[in-house]
Amino acid sequence: MDPYLPPVARHVREREPLIDVQNLTKVYDLGRGRTVQALDGVDLHVPQGQVFGILGRSGAGKSTLLRCVNLLERPTSGSVRVDGQDMTALRGAALRRARRGIGMIHQHFALLSSRTVAGNVAFPLEVMGTPRAQRARRVAELLDVVGLGDRGGSYPAQLSGGQKQRVGIARALAAGPKVLLSDEATSALDPETTGSILDLLRRLNRELGLTVLLITHEMGVIKRVCDSAAVMHDGRFLESGPLPELLAAPDSRLADALFPLPTVDLPGVVTLSYAERATEPVLSALTREFDVDVNILAGTVETVAGAPYGRLKVQLTGERTAEALEYLRARGLAVRTAGDPLAADGAEPTGEGA
Amino acid sequence: MLTELAERWDELGPLLFDGTYATLYMVGWSTLFTALFGLPLGVLLYATERGRLLPAPWLRAVLGAIVNIGRSVPFIVLMVAVLTFTRFITGTTIGPTAAIVPLTLGAIPFYARLVETSLREVGRDVIEAAEAMGAGRGTIVAKVLLPEALPGLIAGLTVTVVALVSYSAMAGAIGGGGLGDVAIRFGYQRFDELVLLLCVVLLVVVVQLLQSLGDLAARRLSHR
Ligand SMILES: Nc1ncnc2c1ncn2[C@@H]1O[C@H](COP(=O)(O)OP(=O)(O)OP(=O)(O)O)[C@@H](O)[C@H]1O
Ligand SMILES: [Mg+2]
Repeated sequence: MDPYLPPVARHVREREPLIDVQNLTKVYDLGRGRTVQALDGVDLHVPQGQVFGILGRSGAGKSTLLRCVNLLERPTSGSVRVDGQDMTALRGAALRRARRGIGMIHQHFALLSSRTVAGNVAFPLEVMGTPRAQRARRVAELLDVVGLGDRGGSYPAQLSGGQKQRVGIARALAAGPKVLLSDEATSALDPETTGSILDLLRRLNRELGLTVLLITHEMGVIKRVCDSAAVMHDGRFLESGPLPELLAAPDSRLADALFPLPTVDLPGVVTLSYAERATEPVLSALTREFDVDVNILAGTVETVAGAPYGRLKVQLTGERTAEALEYLRARGLAVRTAGDPLAADGAEPTGEGA
Repeated sequence: MLTELAERWDELGPLLFDGTYATLYMVGWSTLFTALFGLPLGVLLYATERGRLLPAPWLRAVLGAIVNIGRSVPFIVLMVAVLTFTRFITGTTIGPTAAIVPLTLGAIPFYARLVETSLREVGRDVIEAAEAMGAGRGTIVAKVLLPEALPGLIAGLTVTVVALVSYSAMAGAIGGGGLGDVAIRFGYQRFDELVLLLCVVLLVVVVQLLQSLGDLAARRLSHR
């Protein structure tokens, strides 16, 4: 996009994540000397073409973080770069221009009730100064993409929630953004509609190479569409990274939240997590080679980010339990023994799994 | 009574017709000027609030004070107080045209507050969505705030028009013309109960018509 950049720099820039947030803090001044630290040193890197999910409880700072990405909220400190551009350095017209490269969808849709569906989708094009004829063509195209080709003349009040969010998505795409920000875009929808909206986002991500940064408190959203995720608490990321990596970590809060297993208060209980392989042969090997008894207490297997992922809670009894655990670790399983539970600070994200 | 009206129609007809016309003339023009000045003032009151489009607490405090003073001065007092200004603008201090000045001055603060209230009803999320799409302040006012608040703005204007009808009757009492003037001079002062009654009936009809018209417009324009 900048032809005057020397080749090396361009190469470096292509490697840079599309959204690159470093050490971001945001302090709200409530007046009379009272403040709220909504963000407390957040690092967020979203590569081009990824769907990145942020999970966290109410008040964790998720919306604040999202709003700092398109500078609806000016961060107190830290840097925000989107597509190589330092957002915090921009003001006025330059900032407004940069925002057009970042689409946004909202929990309650935020459509203009005074405009028709087509009028809503045309809004960002009007803001950009697109000529009328071109605008009409683009609007028709976008409505087709989101499956509302025949509803252009309706008013938002005449649409269902799912249809309204489709209009929201069409509107967000109108200016041809590289990034889509989504703040709880499916929270006001029923599970089935949520699914169809998530599928649409996934499709846009695949077909247009759209990078998506989404906030959710629903585990199902993370499982269904995200490549990477972060768990947020008190203005900080507790963990973040590609989903398979996070889930493979033995002490992953995300895994606990996504695939909860019942608590079992027995001696010798271990939690095993594995990705992309089956456990059965491994478990039978334990019995054969280490002479330990394996008692399966609970388990779950699901597909995450296109790969199988499973968690098991088992009770191991026998002389050579320690050796057996070593063997499991060597085979690439994540092993957590009952002796090292998660730091009990109540930070695990919870929510209704969809 | 109807027979009395029929008998005196040649005398009363033109009187009531002219009175109604003068009332509509005063109300019509003052409504136009009220909307012209009250709308921007209302937008300014809204926008200068903390956390809105153009936060300016001191400007808002000054505007708010002026609006509150304007609203608390009784209309009769306002009419007398602005006589010099009225003469400066219209060249006279009596008659329907002169009455337009105090009517407008009295209604502007009233309508501005109603505008402010309607604008506040527009959701923050919609304004924020527009900001996220790269819209500037002017675009947000013209393409988001005003269109979204339009039904409320129309409803507010209807309330203002109705208030103007009653103010105009008061203006009639001190030489403003219109139905109020007819009621006082021909009805009250000459003990002509028929004229008094007819003036009241006509005022009620005018108010009803304007209110229905306003309601209809607000309903038509609302797509909520
Ligand atoms: N404009 C504001 N002024 C003051 N404090 C704010 C403001 N916006 C957010 N906060 C505070 O910052 C913290 C984080 O808020 P934020 O809205 O980012 O949370 P969230 O994770 O999005 O929560 P939720 O899931 O409920 O939407 C909260 O303590 C909140 O009270
Ligand atoms: Mg939020």
